Amino acid sequence: MMNMPSTVKISLRALRVNKMRSALTMLGIIIGVAAVITMLAVGRGASNKISEQIASVGSNLIIVLPGSTTASGIRLGSGATQNLTRSDAEAIKQECSAVATTAPILNGSAQIIYGNSNWPSIVFGTDENMLEVREWTLASGRNFYDQEIRSAAKICLLGQTVVDNLFGNDDPLHKTVRIKKVPFVVIGVLAPKGQSMLGQDQDDIVYVPVSSAQRNLFGRWFPGTVRSIMVKARSTEDLDRAEQQIKELLRQRHRIGPDQEDDFTVRNLTQMMQMAEQASRVMALLLAAIAGVSLLVGGIGIMNIMLVSVTERTREIGIRMAVGAKTWDIRLQFIIEAVILSLIGGLIGVLLGVLFAQLLSFFAGWTILISTYSILLSFGFSGLVGIFFGFYPAYKASLMNPIDALRHE
Amino acid sequence: MALIETDHLEKRYEVGDSIVHALDKVSLQIHRGEFVAVMGHSGSGKSTFMNVIGCLDEPTAGTYRLDGIDVSSLSRDALAEIRNQKIGFVFQGFNLLARTTALENVEVPLLYNKDGSKNRRERALEALRTLGLEDRRHHHPNQLSGGQQQRVAIARALVNNAPLILADEPTGNLDTKTSIEIMDLFVRLNEEKKITIVLVTHEPDISTYSKRIIHFLDGKLVSDEANRR
Ligand SMILES: Nc1ncnc2c1ncn2[C@@H]1O[C@H](COP(=O)(O)OP(=O)(O)OP(=O)(O)O)[C@@H](O)[C@H]1O
Ligand SMILES: [Mg+2]
Repeated sequence: MMNMPSTVKISLRALRVNKMRSALTMLGIIIGVAAVITMLAVGRGASNKISEQIASVGSNLIIVLPGSTTASGIRLGSGATQNLTRSDAEAIKQECSAVATTAPILNGSAQIIYGNSNWPSIVFGTDENMLEVREWTLASGRNFYDQEIRSAAKICLLGQTVVDNLFGNDDPLHKTVRIKKVPFVVIGVLAPKGQSMLGQDQDDIVYVPVSSAQRNLFGRWFPGTVRSIMVKARSTEDLDRAEQQIKELLRQRHRIGPDQEDDFTVRNLTQMMQMAEQASRVMALLLAAIAGVSLLVGGIGIMNIMLVSVTERTREIGIRMAVGAKTWDIRLQFIIEAVILSLIGGLIGVLLGVLFAQLLSFFAGWTILISTYSILLSFGFSGLVGIFFGFYPAYKASLMNPIDALRHE
Repeated sequence: MALIETDHLEKRYEVGDSIVHALDKVSLQIHRGEFVAVMGHSGSGKSTFMNVIGCLDEPTAGTYRLDGIDVSSLSRDALAEIRNQKIGFVFQGFNLLARTTALENVEVPLLYNKDGSKNRRERALEALRTLGLEDRRHHHPNQLSGGQQQRVAIARALVNNAPLILADEPTGNLDTKTSIEIMDLFVRLNEEKKITIVLVTHEPDISTYSKRIIHFLDGKLVSDEANRR
């Protein structure tokens, strides 16, 4: 068999001679590879962002809501039944071994006023455990003390968005804001978390003691009750057990008979979010698959050109055979031609794909993630496409009868 | 031992209902150092004969031994090897690779040769020099005259030191003066390098350069006589 360097040289010359055709053939691969890289970057960026958001919500979360769930998952009577209490939250924390901590929630929207500024936000009545449950850290100030929860102190923690809109550059600590015209003293500022999975601004938030919320803000509609309880399980493995324990405990506490339905709903938040994450992964894969199809089309383009090329160069093949080219000499020549085409196309495609992904993130603000893995994958794949689609034309060429090839017009 | 030995060699083509006997029981021997002219009317089977003894085409029946080897039993690749090592082809239409320099054209047989990678350039240049084309080595075929192109083709046939050159109407596309130059070249190669030459021609003038003339008629070998120059 002839030596590699000269085969490569022969192939390169053949490609140079037909510049335009080579370029057009490559275009298919370029578009395919660029599409794969961009799609993977966008897809992985999106699923990564979702993972980050899940982490920002807090891990191993279960939420307990009042009202029952039907088999189809629709919650009934959520407005009507208000049967979750702060002591339910306390009991879950004390008695369920799989639970790390809990925080009651009594929330509502309200105008927050400071001086001449006012800002509509969501106010959560909760207790000192909330920061642990949601894995918040404080940018400044301090958390609630449990005795302040018991005494319904008029104090609050503000999210960054609220601070920005009410205080501008001023330090909010120890200032008094008015929530529904009730004065609250700012004792802390929450570190920013950014957007949630649903695109909500998680920093547009105010925390007050749940007791103060009941007494001064939202107690009128829900006397003595809370709207939900957030539960943090000890670990991801404990989630299912925690869910079970909560159900048993609440059924007992709410005196629900064996034939009766739950008057509450337990939702595994982490599981739901993981499902969303899963979905976004599938989406990313789907995008990549679509891009892969265009790579395949590019490969078929290469095969088409190589077939034309074989027909066009039948005489050349005949001459080479006459002077001693063997089956694999001819095959290699055409395969290498195809591989060079697809690798150069792949290289340009990678560069274009990376550039395009960067542009998307720069101008459209999409989160992208370009991994070496996706680059290697699409580059390697384009090489394979070259071998795969180059082989048939090469095979065809190598089987020609020397004299028929020589006589070809 | 004869270099070429055919025994009842046949080549039949079936086109539609009719059968063409392009070669009809041809038995002959050609020894090393001979210079044979193959003559006959158009369609008499000259080219077919050349292609079969050149291992470019397979006979339908009969046996053919080249240098003692029965080639009918050989694989495609073994035949390619034989063409590479033992046979140099010169065609009427030159059959050079387009858009490829004279030097690179001469190099091609060496690409398919086990030890061809050793001083390939020098060997190709040497062959071109023998044909007086050293200064044309970077020319493409379309930048060369017909005679020059045929000399490049002859250089290519020589580069592997093959003992046999098969030339199918090598002067068919050339004018008289150039034809004489090319034939003188074949005579020189035959006499100086002892290369065996089998050459197809229509023209009696050209055949006079050979030492032996064979005639084909309808695929049959009808005459075989020595020629005195
Ligand atoms: N591939 C083929 N299929 C069918 N018939 C063929 C084929 N090749 C050659 N023939 C026939 O075989 C016979 C011999 O052809 P060949 O080419 O050997 O003639 P030739 O003596 O070289 O003629 P010329 O002097 O015109 O070149 C012709 O009758 C031709 O029609
Ligand atoms: Mg002929």
